[in-house]
This record gives sequence, structure tokens and C-alpha cells, in this order.
Amino acid sequence: MFGYIVRRLIAGVLVLIAVSMMVFAIFFYGPNDPALAYCPESRCTPQRLDNLRHNLGLDRPAPQQYVEYMSGLVKSRHIESGGISIDCNWPCLGVSFKYRVSVFHYLWDRFPATFSVAAGGAICFLIIGLFSGIFAARRRGTMADKAIVSTSLFINAIPYYLLALLAYLYLVQGLGLFPETGYHSPFKDGPFKFVGGLALPWLMLGIAYSTQYARFSRGAMVDALNEDYVRTARAKGLMERVVVRRHALRAAIVPVVTIFGLDFAYLLAGTLFTEKIFGIQGMGLAGLDAVQRTDLPMISAYTLISAAFIVVANIVVDILYSVIDPRVRLA
Amino acid sequence: MTQTNEPAPQTGTGGLSEPTDGAATDPFLVVEDLTVKFPTADGLVQAVTGLSYSVEQGKTLGIVGESGSGKSVSSLAVMGLHDAKRTQMSGSIRVGGKEVLGLANDKMRRIRGREVAMIFQDPLTALHPFYKVGAQISEAYRAHHDVSKSVARTKAIEMLDRVGIPQARTRVDDYPHQFSGGMRQRAMIAMALVNDPSLVIADEPTTALDVTVQAQILDLLQELQKDFNSAIIIITHDLGVVAEMADDVMVMYAGRAVEFGSTRQILTHPEMPYTWGLLSSVPDVTADPEARLIPIKGNPPSLLKPPTGCAFHPRCPHMDKVPGNLCKTTLPELTPGEHGEGHVKRCHLPDPSAIYVQEILPEIAPDLVEMTINDQFPQKTGTGLVGDSPSDDALPKER
Repeated sequence: MFGYIVRRLIAGVLVLIAVSMMVFAIFFYGPNDPALAYCPESRCTPQRLDNLRHNLGLDRPAPQQYVEYMSGLVKSRHIESGGISIDCNWPCLGVSFKYRVSVFHYLWDRFPATFSVAAGGAICFLIIGLFSGIFAARRRGTMADKAIVSTSLFINAIPYYLLALLAYLYLVQGLGLFPETGYHSPFKDGPFKFVGGLALPWLMLGIAYSTQYARFSRGAMVDALNEDYVRTARAKGLMERVVVRRHALRAAIVPVVTIFGLDFAYLLAGTLFTEKIFGIQGMGLAGLDAVQRTDLPMISAYTLISAAFIVVANIVVDILYSVIDPRVRLA
Repeated sequence: MTQTNEPAPQTGTGGLSEPTDGAATDPFLVVEDLTVKFPTADGLVQAVTGLSYSVEQGKTLGIVGESGSGKSVSSLAVMGLHDAKRTQMSGSIRVGGKEVLGLANDKMRRIRGREVAMIFQDPLTALHPFYKVGAQISEAYRAHHDVSKSVARTKAIEMLDRVGIPQARTRVDDYPHQFSGGMRQRAMIAMALVNDPSLVIADEPTTALDVTVQAQILDLLQELQKDFNSAIIIITHDLGVVAEMADDVMVMYAGRAVEFGSTRQILTHPEMPYTWGLLSSVPDVTADPEARLIPIKGNPPSLLKPPTGCAFHPRCPHMDKVPGNLCKTTLPELTPGEHGEGHVKRCHLPDPSAIYVQEILPEIAPDLVEMTINDQFPQKTGTGLVGDSPSDDALPKER
């Protein structure tokens, strides 16, 4: 088990190195010359561009620059950026062209907001999705089952951004049922402000994601309820409640864990629409902003961090498998 | 049209409702005129129709038939394991004198596992893969006994030891996938017997097992039956299993009982062409290796629209011996056989014994024709399981 985790972590690091190389290659061979970011269009001469390239170190060979870039993962660096020397503390993934600060720390400061949205949303969609899915599976073929399945398909057919936008306009702006949304630190601003600002985003994420969890857990539960071992559990004379929870649900949860692991990783990388519509200053919004401003160090840092979440989520899912299913041997 | 519902057979003292040995005790399980139907999108599946039988404490009933003959469906009905919403059931099932058909689930649950337990065909899928074997056995015990986990665990170890699991004290913490197939079925038996049930229903308990393990499992079941004095219903398509285990045999076809009698009656004097077909399709290890098995032609009928008259008539090679169109038009009643009380069969054939001895027996066991005419027991060694069957003394020894 321990050896397995170590091997998976090493493999994960290799994946991240590959991702960083690709990002770096885009940096160099992509359509955007990084030096252009410092060269105002009106006064940009070829001479000035060359100077900038030299100052930024962009005229050195790519491998050398890559090694320098990666060295930020083990130590702090000093980075010359547009004539100013900037301290980039460990871990350093470069300095933003626009904000002249360490991109890692810039993104990391926004992580609590993103994490709060993701975790609260995940709790909502797991509760709504699993409960309605299991409820539908146990009443398979009844009106209740059909109502749940068709409602979930209906909600699924509405684009999430439309759903979230309408909810914001009507429930916050129009009816004022929810307070103005946004992220407030639960420690500095108090838990009520924190929950108030995020309640609607959580609910919308909960509703939007729960549809696929409802249908997925319904299917898994229907399969599990048809398993021989569930019949055995009934034949033992166990109470129906115990049969469903301890025997069927335990098996049905396995496929749900897989998609949840990946969904949660994506959510941690930033919920773009949610952050944009509800005005939450999270990582997703920072990533979007960086793309709009061709802030290449920010984009590559954002990509690397997102990739790291997905790699870790995959490892966690595999470990969870072995915890749930004793037949899975991690080796 | 076929009769869909018929009264329980009235066949004098013997018959389906009473075992042949006719002891004074009341049968533990009495099934009367059981009908099970499943409404499906394609129509009503008539899985079991007008089935009646009974099993006494300490006795073993073998239920034989092809897949889809209703043998499993009828025993799941005894366990109350059909989804009430998706099943139409009528008739009567009495367990220990209590009517259980239509019993509310929370009442039925107290009978399941405690008074009637079940052993399933494939122990790999019937045991929960995520829980330890011991935990699954103690869970069964604790479902009916208000005891602590450690007491139940001790009981589980005791049961595993009892069914012949070596080092039960350590194996109790194994998961099912760490057991071999035979051990899994032993664990399944331990789980079924942990509450000392009066009736054990074994649904093809050896079908999923290695041939070498099959005999061990059957021996174990017999041994435990003696100790626990439970009644056993063994569901199988294997006549070798029946020969070894059963006191009485019920042959089922298309949801009905088509022949019933003591094991000896059924194996020596079968009077229903379907039973003949089953006997002919069993390989005989002592027979000429060149000899071919004679399969029953055709497939089991659809239970959505069972054939009119005798359900077996589309596959029956002896229809021409019955006058008129009787087989196609009229469902035969269960009528007494020609060899002893308690034997009944559902067939229009005028003289089935003669046809069996003259036409069937020479094909399946030529050397036994003489013996059978002299009312001896023909030895079917389909799985090589003949050994200590109850009527062992009546058996000719292995050649």
C-alpha cells in the first residue's frame, strides 16, 4: 500500500513534468511573444523588443530557461521583470507580467474562495444526487422514479451558466431572497457572512451537478439491488433498511466515487461560470483573466496547479477503491 | 384453453401433499396450489402454476427440472423473496403451520434465515465481496439473536469449524475472494445453518463447483441434516444429486409438477416422458464411452404463452401413443403411478411402464433392463455420487 502510493506519486510527478514542458513549449513556440506584453503597441520598436527579450532572459536557450523555471519549485528566485527585480518566494512558478507578483502566491491566495465553493457545492450535489438516485432506484418504474429521472434530464438540458445567471438575477437582484453573493473569509468576516455569500452558488452547483449523480447512483443502485448478495442479505432475514444501506449501497458507491474524485478536482481548479456570475474572486476567474491578458506565467501556473489537483484526485480515488473494495489490491 | 388453476391433487394417502413415508408428524412445509405470475412488458409470465407439495422435518425433497421450469421461483416464494409489487401469487405456503404467503415483509423477515434458510447456486456472487466471511455469518446470527458482536463471532467460528473450514479461527477474517469455491459454499452453508433453521432450501448448491468438490458438499449437507434434523429441499437439474440426497423427487416442467414420487420410484419407474428425457440425458460413467447422450429435443416452452394441453407435448416423442388429440387439448391430471403409493404423474400415456422398459431403458442402461423388470434399482452414476444414499442397501454395487 505504502509502496503503491509512492509509485503513484512518482508517476504523478512525471505527468506534471510533462505538463510543465508542454506549457513551457507553448510559452516559447506559441503565437504570443511574451516580450510583447511589456512593449506598449504605440511605442514598440524592434530594438526595444530585443532589449526586453534580453532583460527577460528570453534570448537564452529554452532548456536553460526551463531548468531555471523549474528551480523555483525547490528554492526562491529573483526574477527580472520589465526592469524591476522581484523576489519570488518558494514555491515560485514565475512572476505575473501584469501584477508583478509571484503567480503561485497570487493563485494560492484565491484558493480558499475556490475551495469553499467546490466543497460546499460538492456536499450539496452529493446529498441531492445520491438521495434522489437511491430513492428512484428503490422505487424503480414508479411515478416517483420517472419524475426524478425526467426532472434530472430536464435540468441537465439547461446550460449551467443560464441556470446560474437566472438564479442570480431573480433570487439576488430581483427578489432579494439571497444576500449579495461573494466570498467572505469565515475567520475574518464571520461564518454568517461566509455562508450567506456562498449559499446560492452552492445551491446552483448542487442542483446542476446532482442530475448526473442522481442518474448515476440510480443505475448503480439498481444494479446492486439485483445482485445475488443482496438477495442473500434478504434471505438472512435482515431488515430492509440494513439490506439497502449495508449491502446494496456499499456496492453502489464504488462507481460514484470515481466520478466524484474527478469532478471535485475540476471544481478545485476553479468553477469558472460560478465565480464569474456570482462575483467570487477564485482561481477560475484568475485563470480566465490571465488568458484574456496573455499573462503567460499565470496561465502556466494555473495549468500546472489544475493538473496537480487531477493527479492527486486520481490517486485518492484509487486508494479509496482499495478501502471500499477489499478485492482491489494496490500493488 | 389450458386450466390455469386446478385444485391440489387428490391422490389418496400418498401424493404430493404428503411424503411417502407417511410418518405421524405434520410436514414442516406445506405448499398448496401455489401460482406465481410476473407481469412483464411482454405479458404475464406464468412461472409456477398450481403447485402443491410438502416436506417433513428431517426429510429431503429433490426438485428437478430444466431452467425456467419454476423450481427456483417456487422456492423463492417459500422464502418470500419475490418483490410483492412485481409478482402475483396465490395459493398457500405454510411454514411450521403458519401461513406465510402474503405475510408483511417485517414479519416474513423473522422467518427468513431463522426457520427457512437458503443456500444459493454460486457462492462467489451470493456472498458480499466487501465483507469478511465471518462478519457475514455473524450478521445472519445477529439478525435473529440479540447478542453482542463477539458472541456472534464466536458462533461464526464455531459454524465455520463445523462445516469443515480449516483454521476457522483465522479464516473467519478472510474475505470471500480469499476462499476457494468449495470453501465459499461451505461458508454459505454455515451462514444458512447458523440459526438452526427447520428447513434449508439448497438451490443448485453444487452446480457452480468443481466436480471433485460437489460430492464433499453433498456429504456435508447430509451430515448436517442428521445433526440439525432439518428438512432440505434440493433444487437441481442433476439426477445424480437427487439419487444421492433426496427421499422424494418432484419433477417440474413449465411451472407445474409433472411427476412426484420417492427417489426410488422416480429413478426406477418413471412414468412421464419428460422424466425419461432427463434420465436419458445424464451421462453414465459406467456406460459405453461410444454411447451418445440423448438430449431432449427442442427448448423449454415460453411461460408467456405455455402450450395448450400437456405443456410437454411439443417435445414429447410419445404423443402418437395417446389416442386422439388429448395431449394438445387437455392438461393431464396428476394420476397415481403403477408402482407403489405416493407416485403420481401428469401424463395421458396408457401404459407408461411398458414403454419405459421396452423403449427407454434399453437405450440408457441396456444391462439394467432385466433388473428393473425384477424391480431392482437401476444405478445412475451421473456424477459418481452414488454411495451412502438413504436407500443404499437397495442399490446394486458398482460393477
